Amino acid sequence: MASLVGSRVERKEDKRFLTGKGRYTADINLANQTYAIFVRSPHARASIKKLNIDKALKSSGVVSVLTGKEVADDKIGGLIAGWAIRSEDGTEMKCPGNPPLAKDNVNFVGDPVAIVIAESLAEAKEAAEKVEVDYKVLKAVTSTAEAMNGDTIHEGIDKNLCFDWLLGDRQKVKEAFDKADKVISIDIINNRLIPNAMEPRACVADYNAASEEITLYTTSQNPHLSRLIMSAFGNVAPEHKLRVVAPDVGGGFGSKINVYNEDIVCSWAAKKINRAIKWVAERSESFLTDIHGRDHVTHAELAVTKDGKFLGFKNETIANLGAYARVFGTVTPTYLFGPCATGVYDIPAAYTNVKAVYTNTAPVDAYRGAGRPEATYTIERLVEKASMELGIDKTELRIKNFPTAFPFKQTLVHTVDSGDYVAGMEKAKQMADYKGFETRRRESEAKGKLRGIGVTSYFEACGIAPSAAVMSLGCGVGLWESAEVRFNPTGQVTVYTGSHSHGQSHQTTFAQIAADELGVPIENIDIVHGDTDKGTFGMGTYGSRSLAVGGIAIVNACKKIVEKGKRVTAKMLEANPEDVEFKDGEFIVSKSNKKKTIGEVAFACYLPGVRDEMKSPLPEGDEPGLKETSFYDPSNFSFPAGTHIAEVEIDPETGHVKLEKYTACDDFGRIINPMVVEGQVHGGLAQGIGQALYENAEYDETGQLMTGSYMDYTMPRADNFPEFNIGYTCTHATTNPLGVKGCGEAGAIAAPPTVMNAVIDALGGQEVTMPATAEKVWKACKNLKKSNSKAA
Amino acid sequence: MKEFNYHSAKDSKEASKLASSGSAFLAGGMTTIPSMKLGLATYKDLIDIKNIKKLSGIKVSGKSVTIGAATKHVEVANSKDVKKAIPSLSSLAEGIGDPQVRNRGTIGGSIANNDPSADYPSACIALNATIHTNQRKIEASKFFKGMFETALKKGELIEAVEFQIPEKSSYQKHPNPASRYAVVGVYIAKYKSDVNVAVTGAKSCVYNDKEMAKALSGNFSSSSIDGMDLDSSDMNSDIHASAEYRASLVVTQAKKAVDAC
Ligand SMILES: Cc1cc2nc3c(=O)[nH]c(=O)nc-3n(C[C@H](O)[C@H](O)[C@H](O)COP(=O)(O)OP(=O)(O)OC[C@H]3O[C@@H](n4cnc5c(N)ncnc54)[C@H](O)[C@@H]3O)c2cc1C
Repeated sequence: MASLVGSRVERKEDKRFLTGKGRYTADINLANQTYAIFVRSPHARASIKKLNIDKALKSSGVVSVLTGKEVADDKIGGLIAGWAIRSEDGTEMKCPGNPPLAKDNVNFVGDPVAIVIAESLAEAKEAAEKVEVDYKVLKAVTSTAEAMNGDTIHEGIDKNLCFDWLLGDRQKVKEAFDKADKVISIDIINNRLIPNAMEPRACVADYNAASEEITLYTTSQNPHLSRLIMSAFGNVAPEHKLRVVAPDVGGGFGSKINVYNEDIVCSWAAKKINRAIKWVAERSESFLTDIHGRDHVTHAELAVTKDGKFLGFKNETIANLGAYARVFGTVTPTYLFGPCATGVYDIPAAYTNVKAVYTNTAPVDAYRGAGRPEATYTIERLVEKASMELGIDKTELRIKNFPTAFPFKQTLVHTVDSGDYVAGMEKAKQMADYKGFETRRRESEAKGKLRGIGVTSYFEACGIAPSAAVMSLGCGVGLWESAEVRFNPTGQVTVYTGSHSHGQSHQTTFAQIAADELGVPIENIDIVHGDTDKGTFGMGTYGSRSLAVGGIAIVNACKKIVEKGKRVTAKMLEANPEDVEFKDGEFIVSKSNKKKTIGEVAFACYLPGVRDEMKSPLPEGDEPGLKETSFYDPSNFSFPAGTHIAEVEIDPETGHVKLEKYTACDDFGRIINPMVVEGQVHGGLAQGIGQALYENAEYDETGQLMTGSYMDYTMPRADNFPEFNIGYTCTHATTNPLGVKGCGEAGAIAAPPTVMNAVIDALGGQEVTMPATAEKVWKACKNLKKSNSKAA
Repeated sequence: MKEFNYHSAKDSKEASKLASSGSAFLAGGMTTIPSMKLGLATYKDLIDIKNIKKLSGIKVSGKSVTIGAATKHVEVANSKDVKKAIPSLSSLAEGIGDPQVRNRGTIGGSIANNDPSADYPSACIALNATIHTNQRKIEASKFFKGMFETALKKGELIEAVEFQIPEKSSYQKHPNPASRYAVVGVYIAKYKSDVNVAVTGAKSCVYNDKEMAKALSGNFSSSSIDGMDLDSSDMNSDIHASAEYRASLVVTQAKKAVDAC
């Protein structure tokens, strides 16, 4: 039987998606359901003086109006930061309370203060306008850079500082810098982004008074985790009385990791009114209240010798957490950021210092790449600048500082198990025709255009987060993944996974893996995820972990099935288990060549004993049934890496940047399905290029979101991109049996510095902040003209 | 969205009879519906004019192109007749928004709305258009009054827009990357005796740049406007573009338009 792993198996999920048969949360309608609208703060920062719901309660069709007071009365808990971070001085991070409905203070535009529940959506909307809130508007803090000097947002949190965290060794770095021939320094703004999943958030909460069970259908990347948080911290219901279902989910990019206010409030309120409640975000609510991403202000320095050897690196970053610290809010700018700060390079001394600050803006949390794009952007901009200042070719300079032997122990944290960065660089250069650039540049010049080329070599730590690795860093949470493989008596297989697919094609790729492991046709394998009532507890999907962690759990559970199958076959065929081999779905006794198919074995496991032959096929000690579970906690992260090369052409008269060529050469380890990987790379690149050239979430000084719709927030479109030139090198991960590394975030990590390096190259080294909009580039072109004419 | 009454008018007369101070005509709905959904506008009555046959269609004569008010952008973009008579007009229509918008939005709705960064108003100015309403004919130069303001009276219905076919013409838009409306769009049309340089996006309302028009009437070459330093004091400034940048774009786009003629 040919192996399915590695082939372009068509996606099992496409038929239902392409024919409109997907079942998203908003498609779910329950009998007798009500509709919810949230009343939200129009102010970025205010105290609530009075909240009057009388008129709203009398409005037509209204079932209930609930506020922060009822939340507090019922002791419903708030939203939490999932990862505890300790400051350099040893103090614990400071997190404000974040009640699901604000009672006393609101801290960003969109912060919910009440839920209005009515018989119809129109009536709920009408009534919501009648909720009277008397706000005392306070001065908002909106600037990341200035947040520490602003008014105190949360009582008791001095300087709006959540933590001041250090990774690395300041003294060693100082010594390295003292020895340097040259120090390259850079100031960077990593622009704030809005994830913009195609499907807005939604939830439908149901209460069954007979079983006293709440069921929440919600747009989540990790339903089990949501249930845990809602139960343990939200106090909504004990876990066994709370079922969370995340059906088809239309994109997450990290924005659907969090448990949100609406999840908690709707679940709690459904029980209170003893009716189902449906809430679907409008796009403008998504802009305001989905978590945002990035938003760093960084100063970084690289110490180098004159022949281009990197000696030391420092990174001083202020990271904006927004109004509250949410589930991955604190880990994103620390453990997902700091360890990757030195990039792919062998730099003997380094530190990263992060000050995480609160502002009156939407909470900032993990968004595709989470921490690693920010880290990569900084180091790769610095390296590019170093190449310009040292006059060393940008690819040569990088190669010079690549590690050459693996496993490679980095200065800061990671031990990278495998890779071949030089091979990746060489292949990328070839794919991009790096050599031919100068000719193309001259052609552009002849047309009056500026052409630039940019390079990025990146690595990332994904497959988050092996408990052993993160615990050793003093981080309080480890992550593993579960899988359960269940045979039916008649031989089909259901695989339950704790990870969740919201665009990652698990239904196909996980089935490919199980099909290879078990020798069962892929049509006979179903992947089940997204329901806390189905399968065991799992951690969910983010951080490119589904395959490298969740996929391995499936492999391990399958291996257990095979082991049992061998024992059963041995008993059935009166052989020694050690003499039974398993291949292509058949158990073969090597000595006699007798065999049983895995289907026959499954049948026997469920229906032991055949008529007239009362002998059980089950060996002593084995129970009936064929079902195995695995909880897999990897020993390390996995480390995809690669080199990307971009070429842009700039019209100096308008500043318009045209992305002419984009080459991505990635090492994702073993590839399960090349077509699916291409999809992931394309999507990641689109978002990364979006950050570099188009996307920007902008607040004004009063904390109003200026880019709250698609008229003002630029989502990149297909015509913004060239045909992507995608290729791979492959070194297998040595830390997992599949040799896989992960591919979900690479594009979003590598593209921003690649494109910006190209833009800045075209501009003769002039810095431009992301996004490189036409006006910013136009200004830079004018400066260039001025300085050129001075020089001439 | 608040409740409203929906009417479908069978002819212009009925449409204007139904109109009141609390009503709007519903053409493509591409402006009206989103503003109602966002609570920016509320109407008691929406009067659908899409079913009025007379309002749709394209007629080309030797001298002019006449487009019915309810004709969709996509129809103008795809019309062979328009492409032949005034190619720049069909390419303007092709560059409006996205396919969804082009499949619904109409020329009448666009110019009645008179968004400061809409494309069609510049075509009207550049191509010496006449706006035919159910009451009168209005010259384009007298039609666009100010930001979202036109010469239309309450209940007055645009029936068609008549464009004069120029010798040559070109529309060059620098689009807002998010909405694809014009940050600045310049429509240049050359007639036997004069040149129009219609500018949209730059100021609160579309206008004919007399200074550039004069320079180009003397010598129809981009060199005659190269380096022109326009006064940016009354130009728009927002998160997408500063006034200074817009002023520069006007010249750049005008040069591109001349070169493309
Ligand atoms: C996402 C998006 C992108 C867009 N991008 C662009 C762009 O790039 N360039 C551009 O120019 N435009 C753009 N538009 C606007 C679009 O082109 C529509 O033309 C415009 O919204 C109005 O046309 P409509 O037919 O939809 O009018 P409607 O929304 O139906 O009506 C708008 C107004 O015009 C009035 N009206 C309509 N027809 C008549 C008539 N015959 N007589 C009198 N009054 C009338 C109505 O009463 C109403 O007040 C965009 C719109 C959207 C939603």
